[in-house]
Amino acid sequence: MTWLTEYVRPKIRTLLGRREVPDNLWVQCPACQQMLYHTELAKNLKVCTHCGHHLRPLAEERLDWTFDNGEYTRIELPKVPADPLRFRDTKRYIDRLRDAREKTGLDDAIVVAHGTIGGQKAVVAAMAFEFIGGSMGAAVGEGFVAAARLAILQQAGFVCYTASGGARMMEGAVSLMQLPRTIIALDMVKAAGLPYIAVLTDPTTGGISASFAMLGDIHIAEPNAEIGFAGARVIEQTVREKLPEGFQRSEYLLEHGVIDMVVPRPQMAETLARVLSLLRRAELSQAA
Amino acid sequence: MRYFLDFEKPIAELESKIEELRQMSEAEGLNIADEVSKLTEKADRQLRATYAKLTAWQKTQVARHPERPKAKDFIRALITDWTPLAGDRAFANDAAVLSGMGRFRGRPVMVLGTEKGSDTETRVAHNFGMARPEGYRKARRLLELAGRFGLPVLTFVDTSGAFPGIDAEARGQAEAIARSIEACLMAPVPIVATIIGEGGSGGAIALAAGDSVLMMEHSIYALISPEGCAAILWKDGTFAATAAEALKITAEDLKRLKLIDAVVPEPLGGAHRDPATAIAAVGDAVQAALTPLLALDVAALHARRREKYLEMGREAIA
Ligand SMILES: [Zn+2]
Repeated sequence: MTWLTEYVRPKIRTLLGRREVPDNLWVQCPACQQMLYHTELAKNLKVCTHCGHHLRPLAEERLDWTFDNGEYTRIELPKVPADPLRFRDTKRYIDRLRDAREKTGLDDAIVVAHGTIGGQKAVVAAMAFEFIGGSMGAAVGEGFVAAARLAILQQAGFVCYTASGGARMMEGAVSLMQLPRTIIALDMVKAAGLPYIAVLTDPTTGGISASFAMLGDIHIAEPNAEIGFAGARVIEQTVREKLPEGFQRSEYLLEHGVIDMVVPRPQMAETLARVLSLLRRAELSQAA
Repeated sequence: MRYFLDFEKPIAELESKIEELRQMSEAEGLNIADEVSKLTEKADRQLRATYAKLTAWQKTQVARHPERPKAKDFIRALITDWTPLAGDRAFANDAAVLSGMGRFRGRPVMVLGTEKGSDTETRVAHNFGMARPEGYRKARRLLELAGRFGLPVLTFVDTSGAFPGIDAEARGQAEAIARSIEACLMAPVPIVATIIGEGGSGGAIALAAGDSVLMMEHSIYALISPEGCAAILWKDGTFAATAAEALKITAEDLKRLKLIDAVVPEPLGGAHRDPATAIAAVGDAVQAALTPLLALDVAALHARRREKYLEMGREAIA
């Protein structure tokens, strides 16, 4: 397959260019304000050791925590034309992109890797909230499509960690078209008889929620993640009502039947392994 | 009385002057035909000049014009044997989404439309065209029904977006939209979608992920409203006109970006000046889009759709 030879090259940069040394060795928990020592926090998968709050990790940390022994191969994602609208607000979009790339060392708001989870082949796409709020433009759509194709090619389970404030406004309707685009890719995965698990993390709102985040065979959410379509402020202004307690949070969605389960981060990898093993079709299990 | 937009004020003044003269000449038996025809010509020139170069923000206002034909007007004019169908079979019937079967130029079709309403009473009844999950779930049900019986699907989209409400979120608005898009993409029958007014974000594309997507000349199709974008990126809602321009929301923009298939011309001065002609032009464009799609079998239709959507945004457009 040409796209594979063209696009899938092991990423050596995975081990080299990681920029995660914090400026400060102490991190304040945004929920309980406790100061946490960063190595302790990292050991606890960025879950506050004091109150259990799930801090937002980097996309690459998701990969580290999900694959067996933290081993995986990142794939290089296809390039798409940057800045299709030549957009500028108070700043040029092309400059925002450049700044985000410099700051994060990522090309855009998604990383894709393959490896094993509980011994089973898996492709994981992790959205990077640290890159322009994890917003979805053509590059994120392209990354998701590439991940879906890789899962089919490898007959692997497909897992996506969503973390996104929504669509990338600076790509306008091009961004909107990523909704049908990613859904088409997902349907190819489903047609291939492979499981797709959406892991919803804080936040999963807007365009992401109205496409691949909500089309999982299984929906798993991290505790207390903000998940929803419309922004809370917009809703408040429209209905002029106070929003209910816990509105648009994981536990609220579980109660309303939108997701299957809420799983704390330290149990995520084992949960994924179990779900993937249960969803393996008989003929595939035997062939494996 | 016609409703005039702010930028139409010079035209409005001319037209009211013409009307005044006409009434005067009738009342007093004066012959002022020359004067009237001169003014009429001037008004016409002004209208032509204004509409030849509408800004994205002006188009936004035309697209939202209260007298612009609404989805129900298109259905009334283009569909015979109209048979409304209701309900998502789970919760409610969402009146923001018009739905039913009928015949389009003799052929049985399924029709879906977002309806904004045209006066206070109907606007409230249709929730200003903002659908809730049950609206998108009804759409999904009817897309599946259309597929089983081989009915092509026509959609008429005019919505500022999905309804942002507590109840809508509690019932899974995001999932409902995603499933509706999926149902469009999986349908074994051709879908021709027309943006007739406002194509507002996810709530619009839920009914517009078609094989052929048409936009009326002065309609808009946007990820976010210009006002919303301005509030977020410029931190100031008054930058809406600037945001409208930057977001590239006009039919011409979307066509150039290869995100839609065709632009349907509107009568001079916009569809609200001559709804019948505007609707007839949409009918012809829908027919032209539908005909070649009817020749495709399911496999070819799906392959074409897959390619169409997978390609979007891949090409550099200067
Ligand atoms: Zn804490």
